[in-house]
Amino acid sequence: MSPLKPSPPLDSSALEARRDFLKLFALSLGAGNLFGCVRAPDDPIVPSVADDTIEDLPTLYATALTRNGYANGVLVKTRYGHSVKVEGNPQHPASLGGTDVFAQAAIFGLWDAQRSKTVRRRGKPSNWMEFFDDLHARLRASRNGAGVRFLSEPSTSPTLQRLRREVAKKFPAAEWHTYSSLVRDNVYKGTQLAFGKPLEPRYDFSRASLVVALDADFLTALPGSVRYARDFAARREPAGSNTPTRLYSIECAPSPTSILADHRLALRPHELQAFANALLAELDGHTTIDTPYQRWARAIARDLQAHRGAGIAICGDHQPPAIHYVTHAINARLGNLGAAVSFAEPTHDGIDQLGSLRDLCNAIRGDFVESLIVLGGNPVYTAPADLDFAALLDRVPWSAHLAEYDDETSLHCGWHAPLAHELETWGDARAFDGTATIMQPTIAPLHDGRSIIELLAEISELPRGGHDLVQDTWRETMAAPFETSWHHALRDGIISETVSSVVSPALIAQNIEMPSASDEDKLDILFRPDASISDGAHASNAWLQELPKPFTLLTWSNAAMLSPATAKRLGIVDEDIVQIDVAGTRIDAPAITQSGLAENCVVLPLGYGRTRAGDVGSGRGFNAGVLRTSDEFWNSRASIRKTGKVRPLARTQRHSMAGSDAPIRVDDFPRSDATSNEPARANLFAPRDRSGDYAWGMAINLNACMGCNVCTIACQSENNIPTVGADQIRRGRAMHWMRVDHYVEESAQARLHSQPVPCMHCEQAPCEVVCPVGATVHDSQGLNVQVYNRCIGTRFCANNCPYKVRRFNFLQFTNESTRDFANPDVTIRNRGVMEKCTYCVQRIETARIETDKQGRTLRDGDVLTACQAACPTSAIAFGNLNDPDSAVSKAKRDPRNYALLAELNTNPRTTYLAKLRIVNRELDE
Amino acid sequence: MSAENAIASRVATIAQTTRWRRPGRMATMIAAVLVAFFVIAVTKLLIEGPGIWGIDRPVEWGFAIANYVWWIGMGMAGTFISAALLLLRQEWRASINRFAEAMTVFAVSVSGFFPILHLGRPWFFYWVAPYPNKMALWPQWRSALTWDFFAISAYLIVSILYWYLGMLPDLATLRDAARTRRSQIFYGLLALGWRGAHSQWQAHTTTARLLAGIAVPLVFSVHTMVALDFSQGIVAGWHSSLFGPFFVGGALFSGFAMTLVLAIVLRRAFELERLITDGDLDRLAKLLLAVCLFVTYCYAVDVFMPFYGGDRHEIDTTLARFAGPYAWIYWLTLICNVAIPQLLWSPRIRRNRIALFFIGLGVVIGMWLERFMLIVTSLYRSYLPAAEGRYWPTLWDWLLLLGSVGVFVAIFLLFVRLLPVLSVFELRKRQEHGA
Repeated sequence: MSPLKPSPPLDSSALEARRDFLKLFALSLGAGNLFGCVRAPDDPIVPSVADDTIEDLPTLYATALTRNGYANGVLVKTRYGHSVKVEGNPQHPASLGGTDVFAQAAIFGLWDAQRSKTVRRRGKPSNWMEFFDDLHARLRASRNGAGVRFLSEPSTSPTLQRLRREVAKKFPAAEWHTYSSLVRDNVYKGTQLAFGKPLEPRYDFSRASLVVALDADFLTALPGSVRYARDFAARREPAGSNTPTRLYSIECAPSPTSILADHRLALRPHELQAFANALLAELDGHTTIDTPYQRWARAIARDLQAHRGAGIAICGDHQPPAIHYVTHAINARLGNLGAAVSFAEPTHDGIDQLGSLRDLCNAIRGDFVESLIVLGGNPVYTAPADLDFAALLDRVPWSAHLAEYDDETSLHCGWHAPLAHELETWGDARAFDGTATIMQPTIAPLHDGRSIIELLAEISELPRGGHDLVQDTWRETMAAPFETSWHHALRDGIISETVSSVVSPALIAQNIEMPSASDEDKLDILFRPDASISDGAHASNAWLQELPKPFTLLTWSNAAMLSPATAKRLGIVDEDIVQIDVAGTRIDAPAITQSGLAENCVVLPLGYGRTRAGDVGSGRGFNAGVLRTSDEFWNSRASIRKTGKVRPLARTQRHSMAGSDAPIRVDDFPRSDATSNEPARANLFAPRDRSGDYAWGMAINLNACMGCNVCTIACQSENNIPTVGADQIRRGRAMHWMRVDHYVEESAQARLHSQPVPCMHCEQAPCEVVCPVGATVHDSQGLNVQVYNRCIGTRFCANNCPYKVRRFNFLQFTNESTRDFANPDVTIRNRGVMEKCTYCVQRIETARIETDKQGRTLRDGDVLTACQAACPTSAIAFGNLNDPDSAVSKAKRDPRNYALLAELNTNPRTTYLAKLRIVNRELDE
Repeated sequence: MSAENAIASRVATIAQTTRWRRPGRMATMIAAVLVAFFVIAVTKLLIEGPGIWGIDRPVEWGFAIANYVWWIGMGMAGTFISAALLLLRQEWRASINRFAEAMTVFAVSVSGFFPILHLGRPWFFYWVAPYPNKMALWPQWRSALTWDFFAISAYLIVSILYWYLGMLPDLATLRDAARTRRSQIFYGLLALGWRGAHSQWQAHTTTARLLAGIAVPLVFSVHTMVALDFSQGIVAGWHSSLFGPFFVGGALFSGFAMTLVLAIVLRRAFELERLITDGDLDRLAKLLLAVCLFVTYCYAVDVFMPFYGGDRHEIDTTLARFAGPYAWIYWLTLICNVAIPQLLWSPRIRRNRIALFFIGLGVVIGMWLERFMLIVTSLYRSYLPAAEGRYWPTLWDWLLLLGSVGVFVAIFLLFVRLLPVLSVFELRKRQEHGA
């Protein structure tokens, strides 16, 4: 196979000779890093856009990345055979072009040098052959697989499910368990309560004019969130007579969803249940339950009734089944079922994962388990503490762990085998709505890893590679001719007509009891996946570790989060180490205050305190999992006390409180007064010449920004931005070109705001006049460009930037390890030079060259900046201001358009659209 | 022995004695250690980059720039004392002008390290200069930093010329007094064949006056240029038309204070009470007090203007100086630079060497604090609340600062050791007049 380029879709013989030449050429160059170690996958993969002309043009491959088993469609950009960037797949229903942070960070995960590279037996290097020999011997020794157990994470993969059936055929007595720490059991238990069977809820936010979220972070945390965010944000823009969607968020802890909430109420977990009951009672016309939030329940109930059939009540995954039941009941009462809320059969079997894990543990305790094959996941780290999974695993006579990293679980297994990355192997997966995607590799496995389906094929003794295994699954179901359908599926990244059909269940009446009142002297503990590294699966990913978590802007660690009032009552300040005691189990954790959190609640993010996560992930933060039991999986009770010690935390923003000087403009909708654009300001300087073809500009819609950080990490991936580590972050030297500022308005509802801040590309740029060597200048298209090789590093430009968007390489931050996945279009900066957002000038130039060849000028949409392309809510408009019809020109004509620090007369090219509050006057303070 | 010969031999002894007494040797040792600090700190800096310092975002300038302004400020006084007093025909300047000029040259030289070392890529510092190159690239003329480069170079050249020119007759005196062959050659070369001819004296006087005429405006222009490095920015706390005179005043203030400190030390070390008289110290102290009042006025205006102007950011910055995390530096600055020097109103204090020494030292330190305060308190807060940060120096910041003091002291000791520390010919003249 050619090391340079995947073979073209169909007939490739014509290129063989040329490819061989190129191969020799590459070898003779001795360009080891560039060509030597990397190859294209062996089986034919299909680019998203057919391109068979120029070898070094980026090629996009459509595939999918899974999150908690569900597919998010992506396009992976490949240069010289290296996968370098992930984009959303506009055709994929879960993406529509947007991505989440995990998809963006997958590039780092793929190239992570700390991934496991060898099969190990009891820690000693071995190989696949020996592993398979031992595995087969073990399986054959069992009677039909009796005593053989599999433990995997939930998967929607049809091929995996098919192979499970193959394995079951061969070893009928073997049993299969499913567990991941992001269990969604409560969702299915909720539908079980409401409709008598586990169902997968699905929401259509484009049809909702009102959303009531009960601790539901539907914008970033649910399967399909990327899509939900797109639909929700689009519906929130006033267009014509359309009233934007109003969002009530009743929640225990703030999430990105809270940022877009028009009204938010922070409640403790038991209060949330009471509120849900009160809301349902209000809808039913009973107002007997007297709660302090009666006013809220009544106002929201009235509003819901005014939007019958066009509302969504949604409950977060972590909430108990009873609240899920209440939301289903509310939706049923209001005729929302079948409209904006629908249900389908689940596409995976992770319905009762905690039960499944408990069964496995009981079986091990009863010595029924002879062999355990752990397929992915890290249960030793993520399993509830009361199960003591590590000790149980040690009791299993024969165990193997297939995982990307040689982690905590591998330590307790006899065998460890490297799992290939999703971007390296063949597979398939379904999206939140059932749409299936063939996951094609974008690169041949870098480290001898294999996929789960390849291992299952080996177990069931099917002599097939990943490509053939997936083809076998789909050969029957795809439209004939298969080759064409297959080709289209690979090219498009979706398999047409695979959306799972909607079922219309009837609500079963249940009596939901009021929760017992809280034990007042204890605090509620909320275990939540970390915003950046989730349940710890991404702990080795430096991009994610360094991604500032929303609200706290914390990096490289977790912290026990408390509301400012609770912290004050307990005498705790930021960075104090507190001891948290849950039923006798104690951990020490640094504390951090977070506005908007319910009183007397402590959020403990999971995923930290890892011990075998490499240099990047090990020994950071604390492991909240040790407090987590299978009965109190998401919430618990604890007492907390100060230890008197402190631990410095690495945060990228010091202050989030902002009163009148918050640079966030919020307009009430409908507007109470007809204010127009900011008045034009007198300026001594002549305005910048815009007579060229292009005048680039950006408008960021704060009404769509939820502070999810995708822009930050997309920019990092696109622009080769180094990570600097916790110490440097503490020193204030984060390098992200696109940062997301967070602000809290001090009010009863603690309004939360986020604001992405890239370079403003000021027309009267303060940075330019102060540079003694002219290293930062304006170009003819209005870009404020930084000339790295002219920069001598006086840093006056950074001092003089009122927006503080310039980033200085105080030390040699980039190193060799990131070169493999660096974007070849972007210079890697060495120490001593200033850098900053360029509006992705490399993308502008690439597009301009293309259109020059076609003899036309750039049109709107020809250039997408990395942040714009990745943004799930399409909050960022970028384009040519000289084109009056471009999206950005239209945005700038919007009366909501405003410039940051306009009083400084910098005339920024980046402006913001004011946030809207779709106020319910009844709840207005 | 005539009076003139007494002065000549006194000064010549300082330059030519073979052995120093203990304090001199101690000072040399300490200076050597500090120079070693400097070398280590610079080496580390060149290897790893400015990230070894405490600078960060948003405080991208820190010790290096504070040190630079501090040193160049001290380098203002010598020339000013010497040249302005020469033009004003103040003859008492004779007792202090030589070492004050030397101090100027050395301080400006030391200060010159910092703008270069502070760069991200110091090896490209010459890109600030307009030199012919293939790329036809020129400096960016709108930047204050470009002009700063010219200002420092011009000032350094003029200061050296002025200092050296003034020394010529005395170098000839030393040459004539030299006993060893080596020192005869050394001073002979430096004396450039000075014979004391009438025509030489005539040319000397004219050139000295011309150079003084150039040097005095340069004192003002150079430090105004330094001030523009800040006030050109739109940073709240910097963007002020006051900064030019404010910085000139501050520079003279620290320079006079340093001159006072050095005069007291030299007087004590080499028993020069008869040459640097109590009256000279008294005059210097009065000068210091006068500049103190000007600087005090600047502090007051710097507080008044934000409120008068009404700019929200400027007001916030001012209030943060009063009560923010760096408030103690602000108040310490005021104590050193405003409060304590008020003691100089008392004639008794003005004649008390020890009091003068500590007041002078306080001002020298206070002026460093002022530069630190102006840089850090303006930068750590930004226009956007989210962009606020902090700055704390690291070990390497301190080593470089101490090291630069060491370099200065070392050069100064060499000067004392090798060159005429007082102006012999002028002291002669003064004594002739006084006699």
